[in-house]
Amino acid sequence: MNYSETSFVQSTTAPFLSLEGVRKTYPGVVALDGFSMEVRPGEVIGLVGENGAGKSTLMKILGGVTRPDSGTVTVDGVAHEGLTVEGSIGSGIAFVHQELTLFENLDVAANIFFGREPLKAGPLKLVDRARLREMVAPLLKRVGANFSADAPVASLSLAQQQMVEIAKALSIRARLVILDEPTSSLPIAETEKLLDVIKGLKAEGISVIFISHRLHEVERVADRVVVLRDGMLAGTLPKDQINHDQMVKLMIGRMLKEREKASEAGRAPGRVALSASAVRTSAYADRPVDLEVRRGEILGLAGLVGSGRTELARVLFGIDERLGGSVALEGKALDVRSAADAVASGIFLVPEDRKLTGILLDLSIAENISLPNLPAHAKRSLVSTRAELATAEKQKKDLGIKAPSVLTRTGTLSGGNQQKVVLAKWLAMSPKIMILDEPTRGIDIGAKAEIYGLMRALADAGVAVLMISSDMEEVIGVSDRIAVMHEGQISGILDKDDFSQENVLLLAVGKKPKLAQAVGEAQ
Amino acid sequence: MSKKDLGLLVLILVVGAVVTAINPRFLLPINLANTSNLIGLFGILSIGQAFVIITGGIELSVGSLVALLGTLFIDFIAVREMDWPLAFVLIIVLGAVVGLVHGWLITRLKLQPFVVTLCGLLIYRGVARFYTADGTAGFAFGQNFPDLEFLTAGRSYGVPNSFIALIVIAVFMWVVLHRSVFGRYLYAIGKNEEAAKYSGIRTGRVVIAAYVICGVLTALSAIYFAMYTRSISPASHGQFYELYAIAAAVLGGFSLRGGEGSLIGVILGTVLLQELQNLVNLLGIPSSLNFAVMGCVILIGVLVDQQWGVFRARRRIMEAARRNVAGAPAE
Repeated sequence: MNYSETSFVQSTTAPFLSLEGVRKTYPGVVALDGFSMEVRPGEVIGLVGENGAGKSTLMKILGGVTRPDSGTVTVDGVAHEGLTVEGSIGSGIAFVHQELTLFENLDVAANIFFGREPLKAGPLKLVDRARLREMVAPLLKRVGANFSADAPVASLSLAQQQMVEIAKALSIRARLVILDEPTSSLPIAETEKLLDVIKGLKAEGISVIFISHRLHEVERVADRVVVLRDGMLAGTLPKDQINHDQMVKLMIGRMLKEREKASEAGRAPGRVALSASAVRTSAYADRPVDLEVRRGEILGLAGLVGSGRTELARVLFGIDERLGGSVALEGKALDVRSAADAVASGIFLVPEDRKLTGILLDLSIAENISLPNLPAHAKRSLVSTRAELATAEKQKKDLGIKAPSVLTRTGTLSGGNQQKVVLAKWLAMSPKIMILDEPTRGIDIGAKAEIYGLMRALADAGVAVLMISSDMEEVIGVSDRIAVMHEGQISGILDKDDFSQENVLLLAVGKKPKLAQAVGEAQ
Repeated sequence: MSKKDLGLLVLILVVGAVVTAINPRFLLPINLANTSNLIGLFGILSIGQAFVIITGGIELSVGSLVALLGTLFIDFIAVREMDWPLAFVLIIVLGAVVGLVHGWLITRLKLQPFVVTLCGLLIYRGVARFYTADGTAGFAFGQNFPDLEFLTAGRSYGVPNSFIALIVIAVFMWVVLHRSVFGRYLYAIGKNEEAAKYSGIRTGRVVIAAYVICGVLTALSAIYFAMYTRSISPASHGQFYELYAIAAAVLGGFSLRGGEGSLIGVILGTVLLQELQNLVNLLGIPSSLNFAVMGCVILIGVLVDQQWGVFRARRRIMEAARRNVAGAPAE
């Protein structure tokens, strides 16, 4: 009786965590400016804000990595001027980072209790495997794991690895789990699992702070949304007021119209620009892919991660070898054997991994932009810096690349501006086919809208745009048609009337979509 | 000229001044001419190495190649009595072919540069020794090639022609490396080969070209070395020369990871190395300590350069912080 009463009191009144007037400045920037929030036990808080809004600083303060200049952090009724790392862990705050911190070569159990393994008696201090398994089993059950404790982490999917991280958090009796962009690289089906795990945590009375750029996911799991803007609390949305537009409005302080503009195409589609027939890729060597991209359209390519979309893009761009089938550009057969061949025929790729393959971080903006087309910026094989700078200046202006100058090293730019440089190098030439692989991953909302606008402008100029994306909102909001891949093959193509998350998801897992026409016939 | 190159130049002048103070013979024309001849020979070799290192590769076989191609060259003109211009061209072509094979193995068959060229180091040395039956390749008494000897071992206005050859090659290669489209590709590949490939650069061809350049310059220096020593015992000729070349590049600011370094840097690196050799001789340091002195100087040089970078980065941060404190509005 007594026990349940206290727990009742706790869950309604006493917050597990509360921040009051937290302020943190770094040289030149005020990262947090009098920020306050509280998290009650068993509550799921959605924390949203653009890149640079102060989320990372907040996380650092909660993790005890950095101390606030002023303000108090109260955890479980104990006020701290600044948490220490030990204090943070000790009071039950656990983090699951975007970049996972697991040892891929070890198995699940070893990862969860790394450094805290139960040991056998005796001088050798061997790990007690049996005991370890007993300890791990209930944790895996709590997160709804569908894999065994002996599985090597390297064999798990990204979502499963995140479950391991959460199990690890549970193993230290976490009372607040902070998930930092956990779904940003997860495919749709796996995201569902993760959202279920969050609900499971909530049911156990564990608080969750869920940081995400994917607003529809926040919409689905959060009990309350806290919006950060420029280091300040832009607003708090209670459960019944959580919706996409409200969040965006608070995040950027105005309504966003770009996406609607990007999707209001409604023109007749052009001729087929690129067609792939029976193309086979390394991902699924026995499954031929057929796909047509028309001039003037944005064709969204959806599907689960690992369904072979990136491999298809790499084959079309000549990075990977085509294992079979044929490709035609504007009706003429095309044999692309290298990226150089693809570029020469006007097929360009904005790759998935911007920092490793999209740009050269050590080179300047101008050098990156001219790189694919250097001979055009040279006289008798000698680079003309003047021509190079002129091209770069024009692209910088056209795309609104925010940088001190075109000589700025691209490594110092924000993600959105780096992505614009990748786009700029292709826009400076004349694209026929533009393939974009996850073009807005890790980019904040304002820059996203600009990139959508650029894609639409390209399509309007007659370019065939193929956009690979795992972001459901993006696929539906931006595409003219959506092709969905399932295990190496196109499982279906949706026209605008049939766009829905459900349909994309059904096709992605290899089931039949609910088409408007078919429904009509049934009636 | 970058700050790094300038620092190296200052170091060269300071070491020169110190050596002169202790032993004024350093500045005698005969000593300067001898040293600059060696700078010419090793400089040509080092420029070739630099082109490979800039792509993130390495060429370990150049020492053995100097022995093999030198042996062949002397054999061609002294024993087989080939016209020297023909032999010259043949050797250069051979160097290019070796570079082509190395580049092909590395880019098409995806072997590691270290492994490929290490095998080359062993193979060419072995072939050279077999070719002469472990003997010595040299000229018969009275054999003379006045034109060839003038061009390789001769002097113009007191300046060794090998040094003049280096200057000519260096100027040309400077333009190639720092001004040409090809040079830009080399740097791009060295910084990030994948990204360069995704930008539509035929990275394989560019890397092969770098190894061919290295092969050609190595062949050229092999001829110069052969005409300088005039007799070659393939078991020891050119030994460790690959390391001299790599050391010159590293001293000159090249990163073995690729994508960094300048042509002036590698020349200055060569100059410093030869100055140190000369210093060992002139200051009466036991010549057995030769390598030890070189190793220490390279280590110190790299260390200073790296620490200087750390120091500058820290100072930049501090300055930025100070400016912000001063500029922040009072509250």
